[in-house]
Amino acid sequence: MSSTAILGNAEEKIQEVTSVTIRFAGDSGDGMQLTGTQFTNTAALLGNDISTLPDFPAEIRAPQGSLPGVSGFQVNFSSLDIRTPGDEPDVLVAMNPAALKVNLPDLHEGGILIVNENEFIKSNLDKAGYVSNPLTDGSLKGYRLISIPITDLTYNALTEIEMTKRNKERCKNFFALGIVFALFDRPLEPTYRWIDQKFGAKPEIAEANRRTLKAGYDYADTTEIFTTHYRVRKASLPPGKYRKITGNEATALGFVAAAELTGRPLFYGSYPITPASDILHELSRLKNFGVKSFQAEDEIAAMGAAIGAAFAGHIGLTGTSGPGVCLKSEAIGLAVMTELPVVIVNVQRGGPSTGLPTKTEQADLLQALYGRNGECPVAVVAPASPSDCFHMAVEAVRLAVTFMTPVFYLSDGYIANGAEPWKIPQLSELPAMRQALRQDPTGFLPYERDEQTLSRPWAVPGTPGLEHRIGGLEKQHRTGNVSYDPANHDFMVRLRAEKIARIANHIPDLTVEGDPEGDLLILGWGGTYGAIATATEELRRQGYRVSNAHLRYLNPFPRNLGDALKRFKRVAVAELNLGQLNLLIRSAFLTDTVSINKVAGKPFKISELIARCKALL
Amino acid sequence: MTEPLKIAGASETPLNLQRTDFISDQEVRWCPGCGDYSILFQVQSVLPKLNIPRENLVFVSGIGCSSRFPYYMNTYGFHTIHGRAPTIATGIKVANPDLSVWIITGDGDGLSIGGNHFIHALRRNLDVNVLLFNNRIYGLTKGQYSPTSEFGKKTKSSPMGSIERPINPLCMAIASEATFVARSIDVDTKHLAATIERAARHKGVSFIEIYQNCNIFNDGAYKPISDKEVRAENMLYLEHGKPMVFGRDRNKGIRLNGIKPEVVTLGENGVTEDDLLIHDESAADPTLAYLLTQMDFPSFPVPMGVFRNVFKPTFEELNAQQIEMAMARGRGSLEKLLNSGDTWVIE
Repeated sequence: MSSTAILGNAEEKIQEVTSVTIRFAGDSGDGMQLTGTQFTNTAALLGNDISTLPDFPAEIRAPQGSLPGVSGFQVNFSSLDIRTPGDEPDVLVAMNPAALKVNLPDLHEGGILIVNENEFIKSNLDKAGYVSNPLTDGSLKGYRLISIPITDLTYNALTEIEMTKRNKERCKNFFALGIVFALFDRPLEPTYRWIDQKFGAKPEIAEANRRTLKAGYDYADTTEIFTTHYRVRKASLPPGKYRKITGNEATALGFVAAAELTGRPLFYGSYPITPASDILHELSRLKNFGVKSFQAEDEIAAMGAAIGAAFAGHIGLTGTSGPGVCLKSEAIGLAVMTELPVVIVNVQRGGPSTGLPTKTEQADLLQALYGRNGECPVAVVAPASPSDCFHMAVEAVRLAVTFMTPVFYLSDGYIANGAEPWKIPQLSELPAMRQALRQDPTGFLPYERDEQTLSRPWAVPGTPGLEHRIGGLEKQHRTGNVSYDPANHDFMVRLRAEKIARIANHIPDLTVEGDPEGDLLILGWGGTYGAIATATEELRRQGYRVSNAHLRYLNPFPRNLGDALKRFKRVAVAELNLGQLNLLIRSAFLTDTVSINKVAGKPFKISELIARCKALL
Repeated sequence: MTEPLKIAGASETPLNLQRTDFISDQEVRWCPGCGDYSILFQVQSVLPKLNIPRENLVFVSGIGCSSRFPYYMNTYGFHTIHGRAPTIATGIKVANPDLSVWIITGDGDGLSIGGNHFIHALRRNLDVNVLLFNNRIYGLTKGQYSPTSEFGKKTKSSPMGSIERPINPLCMAIASEATFVARSIDVDTKHLAATIERAARHKGVSFIEIYQNCNIFNDGAYKPISDKEVRAENMLYLEHGKPMVFGRDRNKGIRLNGIKPEVVTLGENGVTEDDLLIHDESAADPTLAYLLTQMDFPSFPVPMGVFRNVFKPTFEELNAQQIEMAMARGRGSLEKLLNSGDTWVIE
């Protein structure tokens, strides 16, 4: 917690702080994601900048009280412009011994530790591997331990309500939320509104949750468990209208916007997979925009259907994670050969194989670029933050329809589930990309080329006079007929490569943040932007000549990339893999870049990036 | 029975199309004598009767000999990847329900590598026509056993005989809740044309297993039943509402004994037509259709024709209806969507 001033009087100290990171942790059935989300929503509505990191197990309900069953939600809220959910929590809420065991190592010394002491019984301590009770054995004396019988107090708050004991117990996360709201002097109304909306049909549950929330708040406010309360003022973000948004939500909205901008309907074919399913859920709700969502029988079918829809004049989308991309690869090759506008969303997760379904990673970059048979180029873009997902989804569609090509959109679990404030764009700020279908049969050839973009015409079934056949066999230049001619194949392979290369003329240049030259440039891509930008900013503040640049277009690269790299003594490529972008950069520019990497299923911490950079300086 | 519904993509005004209008400029490259030629010819002959303009027709195929079919049709066509034609066809049909969409597949493409998509395309009841060319062999890869090859079949990849039991495509289609299930054969051109036409007029998914001879790698696979001299004895032509009679002298029939069919001779042991099983292709219950799929040569004549023909709402219709319903409550406004949820203003 970084503080700026101390206000208040002797009885009640209110300390003003700039940034706070809270982690709510409990059993996966304890409602920690919900609790964290409610806290975040309130912070956002109060005008704080926010950034969140949900961290949950792949199992829906791992054994109760066990270490693998711990679910966490971290939120960083601030009066400053922040870009990450914070390295380490200032406040840890641990609903049981397992949650304490898993999360305590991250809590910084002197941090506030709120625990539900009712859960610290022998059986739970055993499950978490505690030999003695940490609440009483003195092992927590480095923290500001606040031990509260949350379960008992929840029951007490609900004595007048007719409800099973089990249902009453399920309200305890709202007691914890009430405590944290009191600690940070936050209003309860936004959560009340949410409760009423959510449980409108079940008034007794709504009432129980309201009472528990209020009880938690009052308990923390009236008892003197906290000697100090904290206040975080509004952030001074650029003026505008804001909402909180996760990466997956922003991705879905971006695609809907893109469809409106192109004037072509949206088709989303997908097979449920973590962490991409929310995009399917989101788009399935938007039928009033004419969105056609299709839950396919498998990943291949989802891709095939997207290709079919694109052939028939829709924007063909499919969304998945790495394992799904493996299955789609052959069909993506077909989309390259038939030059149809499809977007493949890969919300990357830890791999290989099933890997770490709920954890983040960036190890599918080379798969996106090269994971197909033959010379099979596609465009690749990657959003840099949850809110940037909106913009890059629009961009992915723009490139797909302008160049008649598959486009890979590489999100990741971290930004997909993480949330931040999003400045809602004006419709007039969005790019114009009205897309016309070919209608005129005069001189029509299915593989004739636009001189500038090298794209072929989008000629869809139902259009008289444009009947033609396409497929995966090599095409004769212009006619699109099957051709086994060696010279034609050589020509077409180069043509498809050139088409993708020319996209570089239609994307923005790379922006270097900080000085355009210096001792060290940190180059990143995708969801690592927040950590890299914050770390390099801090290094610059400390006087180092460090800049950062972030690639959102990975194939082709922005035209100025090579030039930007040359202006630094050293270039380090920071990514959550073993150096995939670094490999590409080294081969493209013959430059001796180094790699800063991590493959732990977790995002970069600002502190670790600072340390890694300093080691290079 | 009547087929009341409009064929997808058909024109209201007569188009006077000819068979030759559907022939593309591409040279047909199947082996001389291949059964595929007959199927291509029959499809091109039937299409004019359906009055669908060429631009509203899309032929979608996978990989294999049969899958070259779209190149030879002067319509829209998509030669996709192995086994995946149903997936691409699904996208096309959902995107534009007004197209007449045909899936051309084979025993390997449709039942082996594409078995999963086959099941799901049928159960969804997309209004598409699936023609499965069954030659019981892999032709394009030069002669390995296929999922419909007989047990014990000696091929390049099973020199000591296949140790796999064949799959029955019609059983699969019925188990997958297909609403139109039929069988025909390349050499009986009249029957084939009539079956294709009925399939095309069916609203909902229609599936035809077409026995097709591969004269290079599995020549004569259907000879014992399809030769002119034995055809009447070894095939049973199914006719809706009629007793199941067959034989050169039309004196044999199928009777149900308990839950098992048996071959009987009319006039013998007092058997009359009244004892015979009456074909009911539109039975809501698929039991009879399934039972017919189990009748095989040489114990039984091989049933040909329409096994099952029922009506159910199509996938693309239901999908379009949901979108219409959602739109009726108010066409989405992008501005409103972007500004939805809790918002706040920073000045």
